[in-house]
Amino acid sequence: MAKEPKPEELLKTINYTPPKTGWMDTPVEIKPGMFCWGAKAKSLNTVGFPNARDWNPTEEDWKLPDNWQEILIEGIRERLSKYRSFRLFMDICVRCGACADKCHFYIGTGDPKNMPVLRAELMRSVYRKYFTTPGKVLGKLAGARELDLQVLKEWWYYFFQCTECRRCSVFCPYGIDTAEVTMVGRELLNLLGLNIEWTMGPVAACYMKGNHLGLEPHTIVNNIEFMLDDIETITGIKVTPTFNRKGAEILFVTPSGDLFADPGTYTCMGYLMLFHELGLDYTWSTYASEGGNFGFFTSNEMAKRLNSKIYAEAKRLGVKWILGGECGHMWRVLNQYMDTWNGPADFLEVPKSPITGTVFDNAKSTKMTHIIEFTADLIKNGKLNLDKRRNDHLKVTFHDSCNTARGMGLFEEPRYVIKNTCNHFYEMPDGTTREQTFCCGSGSGLNAGEDMELRLKGGLPRANAAKYVHEKYGVNMLANICAIDRAALTTSMNYWVPAVGVTGVHELVANALVMKGEKKRETNLRGDPLQMPEEEPEVAAGAAAPAEKTAGGKANV
Amino acid sequence: MKAFLPFLAVIFLVLLVIVGVKTASLYFLFGVVVPYAALLTFLAGVVYRTVKWGTTPVPFHIPTTCGQQKTLPWIKQSKIENPSGTGGVIVRMLLEVFMFRSLFRNLKTEMHEGPKITYGSDKWLWLAGLSFHWSFLFIVIRHLRFFTQGVPMPVQIVEGLDSFLQIGLPLVYITDVLFLAAVTYLFIRRVTIPQVKYISLAADYFPLFLLLAIGCSGVLMRYFLRVDIVSVKTFTMGLVSLRPKIVPGISTLFYIHLFLISTLFAYFPWSKLMHMGGVFLSPTRNLANNSRIKRHINPWNYPVKVHTYAEYEEDFREKMKMAGVPVEKE
Repeated sequence: MAKEPKPEELLKTINYTPPKTGWMDTPVEIKPGMFCWGAKAKSLNTVGFPNARDWNPTEEDWKLPDNWQEILIEGIRERLSKYRSFRLFMDICVRCGACADKCHFYIGTGDPKNMPVLRAELMRSVYRKYFTTPGKVLGKLAGARELDLQVLKEWWYYFFQCTECRRCSVFCPYGIDTAEVTMVGRELLNLLGLNIEWTMGPVAACYMKGNHLGLEPHTIVNNIEFMLDDIETITGIKVTPTFNRKGAEILFVTPSGDLFADPGTYTCMGYLMLFHELGLDYTWSTYASEGGNFGFFTSNEMAKRLNSKIYAEAKRLGVKWILGGECGHMWRVLNQYMDTWNGPADFLEVPKSPITGTVFDNAKSTKMTHIIEFTADLIKNGKLNLDKRRNDHLKVTFHDSCNTARGMGLFEEPRYVIKNTCNHFYEMPDGTTREQTFCCGSGSGLNAGEDMELRLKGGLPRANAAKYVHEKYGVNMLANICAIDRAALTTSMNYWVPAVGVTGVHELVANALVMKGEKKRETNLRGDPLQMPEEEPEVAAGAAAPAEKTAGGKANV
Repeated sequence: MKAFLPFLAVIFLVLLVIVGVKTASLYFLFGVVVPYAALLTFLAGVVYRTVKWGTTPVPFHIPTTCGQQKTLPWIKQSKIENPSGTGGVIVRMLLEVFMFRSLFRNLKTEMHEGPKITYGSDKWLWLAGLSFHWSFLFIVIRHLRFFTQGVPMPVQIVEGLDSFLQIGLPLVYITDVLFLAAVTYLFIRRVTIPQVKYISLAADYFPLFLLLAIGCSGVLMRYFLRVDIVSVKTFTMGLVSLRPKIVPGISTLFYIHLFLISTLFAYFPWSKLMHMGGVFLSPTRNLANNSRIKRHINPWNYPVKVHTYAEYEEDFREKMKMAGVPVEKE
């Protein structure tokens, strides 16, 4: 977006009155600010994707192969036979409209094609035309239409205006999940080389270099060393993590966004400090240096190709189990896809906290535990010495990330950790949290710069709920457990509710964590002076004694 | 237009019966051939569609989790909204099928000045949907009295419950009223809520008009233009015992009712009405969230090209060594 409109101006463009013309007769208009640039030839070539060429979505000619219709129809046929979800969701929608006002992009744009039902109808109309008898015979009367260039462009525009957040699927009486339709839609578009560079660039980087940001091994080490310097300045403690170390007990994998830009880097410092304090026998990997998976926003196959590195690296290094950092879609993939694609991980052991002895039975097969589960267990067992007052300047609310909410159900663990590290916690209103949480507006690979208007509009419902608790309780910090959230919500909050900051939960943990041998902290991880009353630190409830550094220590329930 | 054509179609169906039965005396066609053909189409179609869905693989484990996952023992799991076992899934499905659990969550999103976005409770669709489906089920059960010798006890119980208000003669069935009211509501919301009107297809209006016509013809027969119920039962028993015989003295209204129901049956498998079967197969609802506990198998999982560690080290060995990162090959 060349010039960012003011919030009031942006709001004026939201119009919920549907156009006079029916949706099939309303041609797509590819509006600046609402789309991402097309994938470059270089990125597509790196992973061997078809029709690699540079192209511009605003130009008439998308440089498609001559038989593009045939490719797509065959692509649909193949996917109808491979995915029950897709076939079923093409067939059973009754268009009751319950999903219509549940999509953040619809709420933020008013564009009827952002109603989940209509987004899916973009695909269904073509499905009916080529795969159902009524559609073939009755055509438009049966809601069927030809797959022409207009339709293709509409697909591209709207399947990249869906963040696959699955909020609609919570409300659908048949559980129709638009993400399934969008995912198939994007797979099909990829058959023609029609991806966006913001997704494809990271995919190519991740494939070759191990992470979305394309950080090479020495850069990863350097970035972490910068953080270590900061940690030493703040706490006086020298933290010494290891990389690609064989024989470590645990492999730690987190989204590369945590290594790169704040506020993600503060979360990363939080991990480093926590692991140091615990004396955890763990290693980072520069090869499996990405927890997230932009391949997941591209195609099933690409997602599997990227995901394979995690188990492969765990096997090579000979670790016992894997710990995963704070991320959203990463955890949908790890929970619902990884084992199916690249399992069984029979060379690993069921995750067991060496500090508390707790066995994470809920990860019995994948052997991968979410750090928030790990930390909640530490706190419950009194293994962390937490001084909540260090977070007293914060009035915190928690944003449930789409994927950990609706693709996992991680609700209480992060809240438990926050409540044990902060004295002031407030929930956003019902209908905007937990399984009904709103997307940040930039998920599924859409957090580019050129589609800023789309992102801000899609981020409006979340930001508006944050604004509500800001005005009501003075909330000034939005905590979350997702790397994309940390980047995207920072932008969204800056725009809609500038007084609310964004933080990862482990930043809160590290700020509250009283480390053995630390010097008196003058600042928090962000370098802001601590505003602490001059008195002895009170020890947080549940955190009885300072942590004991006994690897394999007994459970202390 | 989208509503008008389906409306005309239903009128046309009614006229077809009037012409066919009254003028052309095609009793056997409308009374026997069409109902049998419709029933066969229904059964074959439903089986075909269900088998087609059922034989399509579920490659990934994709439940939509709507509550707390199974996690540490001291955190209470939401066993129904986020089941980790079969028991929870069954309860979740029962609630979905019998109580429309997901629709019960429905909210009305509204943008106010400020801006302030609100999410108010909105249960009308749920209420109308539930009333319609339950009424329909009761009505179908009541109709079993036409297809059995005597009247089975369950049917009598349903009839008793349904008429407990004891109003009118014959007694008014509550479900008759609810059915017509709910279908009317579903139609009205479709044409009055701009968004719903915008997404509606002819295929959304047709079943509504058809159901309304079926309901109206039934109500007319029971309460107003009464048919000879003994003759009707003789006729329906002939159908069900596969010894179909046209019984004289049954009014055209009955044939209209029968033909519209036949149309519904024949139309059912090829339409969105198949959501009745589909809901049971929906992978976002009928799977337990246990994919970290038990490996879900994708029958078409295939090997993919990956960038191996060896290839990676080949690309970055010198840089790794410089940064002090251990390598496999020195």
